[in-house]
Amino acid sequence: MSDTLLDIENLSTWIDAGREPVRAVDGLSLTVQRGETFALLGESGCGKSITALSIMRLLPDAGRVVDGRISLGDTDLLQLSEARMRTIRGARIGMIFQEPMLSLNPVLTIGAQIVEVIERHTRVRADEAKRKARELLDSVGVPDAERRLTEFPFQLSGGLRQRVMIAMSLACEPELLIADEPTTALDVTIQAQVLELLRELQRRRGMSMLLITHDLGVVAQTAHRVGVMYAGQIVETAPCEDFFRAAQHPYSRKLFASLPSVGKRGQALSVIGGNVPSLAQTFEGCRFVDRCDYAQPECRSIVPTLVATAGGRAVRCHYYSGVLGTEGLPRAGADGTNGTSSASAAAVGSEHMAPGTEALLAVSDLRVHFPIHRGLLRRVVGYVRAVDGVSLSIPAGRTLALVGESGCGKTTVGKGILQLLPPTGGEVRFDGVDLASLSASALRARRRDLQIVFQDPYASLNPRMRVNEIIEEGMSALRVGDTPEQRAGRIDALLKEVGLDPASKSRYPHEFSGGQRQRIAIARALAVEPKLIVCDEPTSALDVSVQAQILNLLLDLQRRHGIAYLFITHNMGVVEFLAHEVAVMYLGRVVEQGSVEEVFAGPRHPYTRALLSAVPVPDPQARREVLRIPGDLPSPVSPPKGCHFNPRCPHAFEQCRSDFPAERKVSPNHGVRCHLYDESGREVAR
Amino acid sequence: MPFQPVILWTDALVFLLLAVLIGVVVYVRKREHLRKPWQRVSQSPSGMVGAVVLAFFVVIGLLDSLHFRVRLDGAAPAGKSVYAVEITSVLDQMLSSLRQRPEKTYSAPLAYRSYARETVELPGGRQVREYPRLTHGGAHLKDPEKEWAGDVGRRVLAGGAIGFILWLLTGTILCAAIAHRSGSSLDRAWLSVMRGELDVPWRAILMTVGLLLILASITATLAAKYHVLGTSKVGEDVLYQSLKSIRTALVIGTLTTLVMLPFAILLGIAAGYFKGWADDIIQYLYTTLNAIPAVLLIAAAVLMMQVYIDTRPQAFPTAMERADLRLLFLCAILGVTSWTGLCRLLRGETLKLRELDYIQAAQAFGVGHARIITRHILPNVMHIVLIAVVMEFSGLVLAEAVLSYVGVGVDPSMTSFGTMINAARLEMARDPMVWWSLASAFGFMFLLVLSANLFADAVRDAFDPRVAVKPFRFSLRGALRKKAAT
Repeated sequence: MSDTLLDIENLSTWIDAGREPVRAVDGLSLTVQRGETFALLGESGCGKSITALSIMRLLPDAGRVVDGRISLGDTDLLQLSEARMRTIRGARIGMIFQEPMLSLNPVLTIGAQIVEVIERHTRVRADEAKRKARELLDSVGVPDAERRLTEFPFQLSGGLRQRVMIAMSLACEPELLIADEPTTALDVTIQAQVLELLRELQRRRGMSMLLITHDLGVVAQTAHRVGVMYAGQIVETAPCEDFFRAAQHPYSRKLFASLPSVGKRGQALSVIGGNVPSLAQTFEGCRFVDRCDYAQPECRSIVPTLVATAGGRAVRCHYYSGVLGTEGLPRAGADGTNGTSSASAAAVGSEHMAPGTEALLAVSDLRVHFPIHRGLLRRVVGYVRAVDGVSLSIPAGRTLALVGESGCGKTTVGKGILQLLPPTGGEVRFDGVDLASLSASALRARRRDLQIVFQDPYASLNPRMRVNEIIEEGMSALRVGDTPEQRAGRIDALLKEVGLDPASKSRYPHEFSGGQRQRIAIARALAVEPKLIVCDEPTSALDVSVQAQILNLLLDLQRRHGIAYLFITHNMGVVEFLAHEVAVMYLGRVVEQGSVEEVFAGPRHPYTRALLSAVPVPDPQARREVLRIPGDLPSPVSPPKGCHFNPRCPHAFEQCRSDFPAERKVSPNHGVRCHLYDESGREVAR
Repeated sequence: MPFQPVILWTDALVFLLLAVLIGVVVYVRKREHLRKPWQRVSQSPSGMVGAVVLAFFVVIGLLDSLHFRVRLDGAAPAGKSVYAVEITSVLDQMLSSLRQRPEKTYSAPLAYRSYARETVELPGGRQVREYPRLTHGGAHLKDPEKEWAGDVGRRVLAGGAIGFILWLLTGTILCAAIAHRSGSSLDRAWLSVMRGELDVPWRAILMTVGLLLILASITATLAAKYHVLGTSKVGEDVLYQSLKSIRTALVIGTLTTLVMLPFAILLGIAAGYFKGWADDIIQYLYTTLNAIPAVLLIAAAVLMMQVYIDTRPQAFPTAMERADLRLLFLCAILGVTSWTGLCRLLRGETLKLRELDYIQAAQAFGVGHARIITRHILPNVMHIVLIAVVMEFSGLVLAEAVLSYVGVGVDPSMTSFGTMINAARLEMARDPMVWWSLASAFGFMFLLVLSANLFADAVRDAFDPRVAVKPFRFSLRGALRKKAAT
């Protein structure tokens, strides 16, 4: 087969940890054709990255390839000496890592690093190599390449750094490019640019690409073929279009069902119960059996193999292999509404109280500035205007989503509302009381009503405290419950409410998985019976299936207790799924605000439009035209004059550069701050 | 009572520290997340070897910290006991044979003749200059030139045999305990210990214990008739001096950290947590303190202390008490000058911790500063404190030697490695060289510091989250072989 570039056969990679080795990759076979993009899809810990590192032979010390064959063209990579392997790395296989910040050497210029790669693998003169480096930067769309060559990594933004990484990995025109979560650390607008670049480079150079990702949207936008990994094995491979049209393996179907989207609004998301099994064991049946809705006794006793089905697909499931027939999964419950969650979960939205009711939280013109100190006397020389005049209001029992890219000040708004950061100006009225004006003791009493759930479930729980101590802390500080017995009873009830076993209350956080930890964090916030919870990206550190569980839980709690949420996120699918209203932030200011339906159906602000168009959609048919916005987020130390978006806005004109637009009402529930619209909200022709 | 207990200041503090340690052990045993790193320490062979040697030193140090005055018989009037002026320790009593056999001056290890030539009068009235026989060392030999080698050899063999039997006994007791816990037979337990199949490296521990036991019993049998490490200028047994120095070294190494910890922890956490002007003041404080040469500060403080003691003779009736107070003061001043490093570390860590989400969550509950510091920050920096304390220990032992050598260390009447080295340095130029004082001080100190360092390394590896998990003991090759065999 001359068109097969990469051929992995029965690869097994073990990682040593303790008594039993972890079989991180266990009998994986895949092929990547020349000129093809193959996406390896899977949740964290399923062995995607270990597969990539096995191909590059860059495994950590504890890892070893114990079995299998990896061939690149005619070369058997596992048989090569380390010295020969070095001539393959970079020259025939390029690799892009997730974190562009960590992959570039901070003390060398960009040019030096690219030239080094070129000189390592090809025999060219120094000035020739330099010229080539410039061409490479040009080809990956780095503006002003000549100057960039002499700059250091810290002078570049995240998106540019990732472009430089791509340029470096392309330096010797590799036949295969391995991209390990290339856009996970980037914002959606930058992600869209990088994905487009990868797609175009791949087409132009005819190279093959192994794309490793957990994001169905990214797969749909870039891949030709997909391989789904679960617990160290490939469970399904299929051409991209077919996969998105009709996934075959129960796990793949569940992944689709647990994605939040507008279509699933008002119902509970399907969840995958249980956890990924420990890989430090030998399996006697299907690895997915404990979490599968279709499991049969045969699934526990017979290990399934990857069987080819029609249309170049393959799937590792007994429903296709002949053990339970070859027809595929039974239709019933194919979209998995029979998960563990109650199907009766909140019908979000309309039947709730109408907008315009008394606002529970009213924020007006909130400003949070951080002073910059310089010199011996620590004089204030300027301010970081993290939040610069934000107004929001949330009625009781409703959800307002605050969206925007990293660095726009979303989290600071949340902390400013909670008075965790002292606001520089503006008002935060809760139940009609201005929180900033309260004395320390009055504010403490108020803290019962406002709570927060953080993004990182690993940093938000003190590792030295037991679960019950963690939950009790807030209760005892705010005097909820009179006696220790009452509190203990309440802790049990809370744990049950968030779906944890009360018997686990005397354990330490490290014994729980990420999703369970997030549940503990939610229970801690609930313990003091708040009326409003600020959710600061509560699901962005979690896998899709776990994210679905947490979103269901949050919806369920809102329905039962009428809690209002300020939901800070950058995931538009989540916003569509659970928010009533949305506010789009850009550089410390809200640029567009309104009900989710209206804003998503008809975004008015150029930034909102670009943001929404950049979100990758898990549907290969729907490759939308991405509205590109050039440049990067300006520094909040010296924001642009006038409308903050004007340097990047394709429609900017005189007025945009001089004054910040007032809010224009497009409809009663939809406001936008843009000079393109007149007082009545109609678009002004220019 | 045949004796009157005397509790010196340092004794009280040493036993207080011991009580705290026991308390901590009990506390840690009940908490899994605290127990885990200690289990990792117990699985490190080099760490456990260090711990065993360290334990040997600690036992000697503790025995030397039980002080009392012996009752004087006879001289006492009716109904009243009179106690000796001299304060002795349990160790002194155990080593009384060493203590009470002074020679005139230097003698080499295991010698039976003096180091210095003397004019001796023969029975016939003739005078010769010769190396006279020692009063105690090898005094039992009739014809030392012929008997000496055989006698020493026999004693070494006998001592070795006793040590080996003691070691077998210890090993059997240990294996019996292991067998009892795991419910297997004694043979099985021996086998698994010797093959290193257990998590705790008992084989390495037993080897070290065996080596120590054999060495100790050889030394003991020899010491009954000889000066094993020779004698000092005034004829004191060097082995005795070395054993006495252990307590001084341990006291300096441990009590200093007691003085240092409150400064470092309080100021470090306060600086990191409150930031702003509190941080500025504390930072200026420790940078200033760091800029003053520590030796200068210590010298000035110790001299002041000496003047204070000398002007109040009635407050300190015995020389021992004076020396003890000076030792305590030395610990205090060393503590005051050495907290800055740990303080800086803790400040940095606290700066990082205070921005963590769980502390923000506590603030969102309105939890007070004191509670946040004690419940959230302190437990999360304790591993740094622990690592710093064990690493600091060996540094302080060495610092004492240097300071005593310079003359601003412990009281000259108190035996310490520093005073031993100081006394021995001038004799290095003599011919034949008097090397044994220096060599013993060096050997004992080296062993103490090396074992402390080995232990500290194991502790750091177990507690430092940045050090990756040690390469597993499970062997992949073994697993592969098994796989190939099937």
